[in-house]
Amino acid sequence: MSILLYLLYTCCALLIPGVIAITKAKLSGRKGPGLWQPIYDILRLLSKGSVYSTTTSYLFQYAPLVNFAATLLALAFIPLGDIPGLMHFQGDFVFFAYLLGLGKFLLILNAMDTGSGFEGMGANREALYSMLVEPAFFIVMGSMALLSGHNSFVDIFSQFQDTSQYAILLGFLGAYILGQIAMVENSRLPVDDPRTHLELTMVHEVMVLDNSGFDFGIIMITNSLKFGIYAGLLANLMVPIWLPLGFRLGFALLISLLFGVMVGLLESFRARNKMARNPQFILTLSAVSLLFFFTVMIIANRI
Amino acid sequence: MTNQSILLGSMLLSPLLFLLRGQPRYWAAILLHLTVIVASSSAAISVFQGQAWGVDTGIYLLGVPIRLELDALSAFFVMVINLTMLTGAWYSGGYLKPYESSKSAIELSFHRFTYLWLHLAMIVVVMVPQGTPFLFAWELMTLTAFILVAFEWEKPESVHAALNYLVQMHVGFVFILIGLFLIQYQGGGSFSFSGLAKTQMPVQAFLLLLVGFAFKAGFMPFHTWLPHAHPAAPSHVSGVMSGVIIKMGIYGILRCVIYLPKEHWMTMGATILIVSIISGVMGVIYAIMQHDVKKLLAYHSIENIGIIGIGIGLGMMGYALGHPVLATLAFAGGILHILNHSLFKSLLFYSAGSVYQQTHTRYVEKLGGLIKKMPYTAFLFLLGALAICGLPPFNGFISEFLIYYGAFSHIGAGDMNEALILLTCILSLALIGGLAIFCFTKVFSIVFLGSSRSSATTGAQEVSLSMLLPQGLIGLVILAIGLVPGFFVHYIEQVAGLYLPDASLPHAYLDTLRYVGIASGIFILLLVVLILLRSIQQRRVEVAYGPTWGCGYTGADPALHQYTATSYADNFVQLAEPILGVETHYTPFAETEIFPHTHHFERHQHDPMEANLVEKPGNALLYYLQKSAVFQSGKLQHYLWYGLLFLMVVGAMSYLKIL
Repeated sequence: MSILLYLLYTCCALLIPGVIAITKAKLSGRKGPGLWQPIYDILRLLSKGSVYSTTTSYLFQYAPLVNFAATLLALAFIPLGDIPGLMHFQGDFVFFAYLLGLGKFLLILNAMDTGSGFEGMGANREALYSMLVEPAFFIVMGSMALLSGHNSFVDIFSQFQDTSQYAILLGFLGAYILGQIAMVENSRLPVDDPRTHLELTMVHEVMVLDNSGFDFGIIMITNSLKFGIYAGLLANLMVPIWLPLGFRLGFALLISLLFGVMVGLLESFRARNKMARNPQFILTLSAVSLLFFFTVMIIANRI
Repeated sequence: MTNQSILLGSMLLSPLLFLLRGQPRYWAAILLHLTVIVASSSAAISVFQGQAWGVDTGIYLLGVPIRLELDALSAFFVMVINLTMLTGAWYSGGYLKPYESSKSAIELSFHRFTYLWLHLAMIVVVMVPQGTPFLFAWELMTLTAFILVAFEWEKPESVHAALNYLVQMHVGFVFILIGLFLIQYQGGGSFSFSGLAKTQMPVQAFLLLLVGFAFKAGFMPFHTWLPHAHPAAPSHVSGVMSGVIIKMGIYGILRCVIYLPKEHWMTMGATILIVSIISGVMGVIYAIMQHDVKKLLAYHSIENIGIIGIGIGLGMMGYALGHPVLATLAFAGGILHILNHSLFKSLLFYSAGSVYQQTHTRYVEKLGGLIKKMPYTAFLFLLGALAICGLPPFNGFISEFLIYYGAFSHIGAGDMNEALILLTCILSLALIGGLAIFCFTKVFSIVFLGSSRSSATTGAQEVSLSMLLPQGLIGLVILAIGLVPGFFVHYIEQVAGLYLPDASLPHAYLDTLRYVGIASGIFILLLVVLILLRSIQQRRVEVAYGPTWGCGYTGADPALHQYTATSYADNFVQLAEPILGVETHYTPFAETEIFPHTHHFERHQHDPMEANLVEKPGNALLYYLQKSAVFQSGKLQHYLWYGLLFLMVVGAMSYLKIL
């Protein structure tokens, strides 16, 4: 069952970039690429050789793989309601968060290894943003742990919806926060615009500028998998736990695709933040998650 | 032979180091260290196996018989001290080689001699229960460390840093002394820490001792000696200082907590927790600003002392709130972090020392690209950096995980206040972790990655095996704790058990730790498989090499195109400016300056706590002391007058029966 779930999330993850691309194309009146185009791109990249900068070292070649391995393993922790992920233990979300941190650490070093000012800029921005967004995730998980009285993904999400009649409300608020965290972590609007064409204003795109071929393919898959992780977390908050199993899996798939559509909508109609405003924006997210925490405390009769 | 006679024997043999030269002296020193280690570790191991260990040496100090005793806490510290002192001594063999030409033989012998005595002093500190011998050993430890820091005494900043250390340690010493006197004269019955349990003023005495030990441990705001002493000392001494000497302050605090009556655990735990959170967060924030790699690591020591303190404080509060599981997990996390920090911090200092030995600079803006010249050192530094950031699959994660786990498990167990306390701990840990990642990506990138920034790196090459092997050993232990945490936590639990005598220790969390270890193992396996797959793929395709993408602009020196440490820290500085005490000096571009000429940009960071708590009062004191110098006129007549006045005052006082 857990294996099926893992495969489902992986499929969702690989489809999301295609869904985003289609949504954006339709909204801007273009025909757009097919759903499978991002996967074709990745497959093409994986079979290609790389061009390495002479400035780089062994770290440059292996860092994307560490990030990939960390993300693959992190995805294995995501449950669906009471269906556990491939791995689960008490406090697993701490491991999950730090594992993603490890991947990010290595990816930053990967960028810095090229000795390029542009990549330094991107890596530096990404380091700052992921540092600022970390507290929000921990506050949300702390609130969930408080509400459900449990401390692992699967225990929390299997109990969460039964804790009170307001759980569905909390679910949506939590989904909003996690969705925003996903946008920051995946370097999408309003923090970063993947379509931007100027190195000076990029964050993630410029960070991986010197990667090519196989390594770049790995980075693309990792980006998709991260979407899958957050889509999975959103599904946990929104899929009603009392539905029959098949419906729940279908619902989860639907939510992942809807998440892609939402990202596409957002990116079509919203402009990106001014770079200097990003820290403020991300810190607001922590403030909203504190609001979530206090709401949970009120519902759990702690205030 | 008994353990104490072996210890005594190595003390008596230590002057032999003055008779030897070169390699034999190094090996003799290692041998003496090993003797001390065998003697003390065997006692410590027997304690962990459940046998009590204690001996009366029959030696009297100021009328107090010296008794050596080990409980689980002391035994744990003995192991930590031994491991770090051994790797430090081992590493110093290669590190001190360049000094053999510039330093006289007697200086080097004296260095090894004091290093050995530092080891002995620390072992004695954790072994003696009575106050008097404790203070003697404590002072011996301070003095030997002072001599070790002042190794390069021909440099004024080394002497200044060493004196700064010496003075601050003695201020701390006075606090410990007053605390012990308070215990003795307020019903404690004896001049020792165990009197805390009986004295009528446990809170006052505990707070005095806490301040005294906080000086040694480097809790904010008593940390100001650390960022000076660590860079000034030779690197193996910095590693040992940060790895174990500051932990002696933690030992003192932990020792006092054992005897502190349980009804005060709530308030005192809260005190420790608040100080620790401030140390942890501010330590890492100041660290980001540093451009001297050893000063940066010194601030990280303050941060990690904060994490240890969060564990201790949360453990005390957890016990007081009636959550023995939370208390166990927090204590275990804090105590394990003592071991963990001693490992990765000494590793970082040693590898930073290797860089300093090869490049003769600690200023990161002059380094760069060293990963190609010193691949193993770079790898070891990276290992230490990942571990100190608390990332899996390394040891730092395990100790932080224990604290997180305790906090998340109990966040819903109590009322609003408890939930807020636990959320604060979680948030501080998350913030510290995030900032540490920011800081270590900065320092590793600037020192080891990219292209070289100055001529300092030209002659750099990989250091000798005798310097790499001790670091490799530490690296293995770091990985072992990350992969089989249960084995180590089993012993830590015995230490934590001292604090929770009436609570049965929960064992469910050991299973969780096993799963963490398994998950880390799977991660490593997955990585190995992926690397193998990649190497197969790489064989089939064509790989090309070229310059880094420069946006079409290839004219300039690649070193000038890179990010610097200042620019990396810049976006954080803009956020945290109000608390940082940053000074920026630069000449702005004039409006008419069409062809820009050379401009300067400098940024300094001053520790606001040091400026307000040490420098200002110190300068005020100096001002009044200088005023009092009018009495020192240099005329004999005046001095005779002072003598006469003194006699008259004494006479008058005895006449009035004041004296």
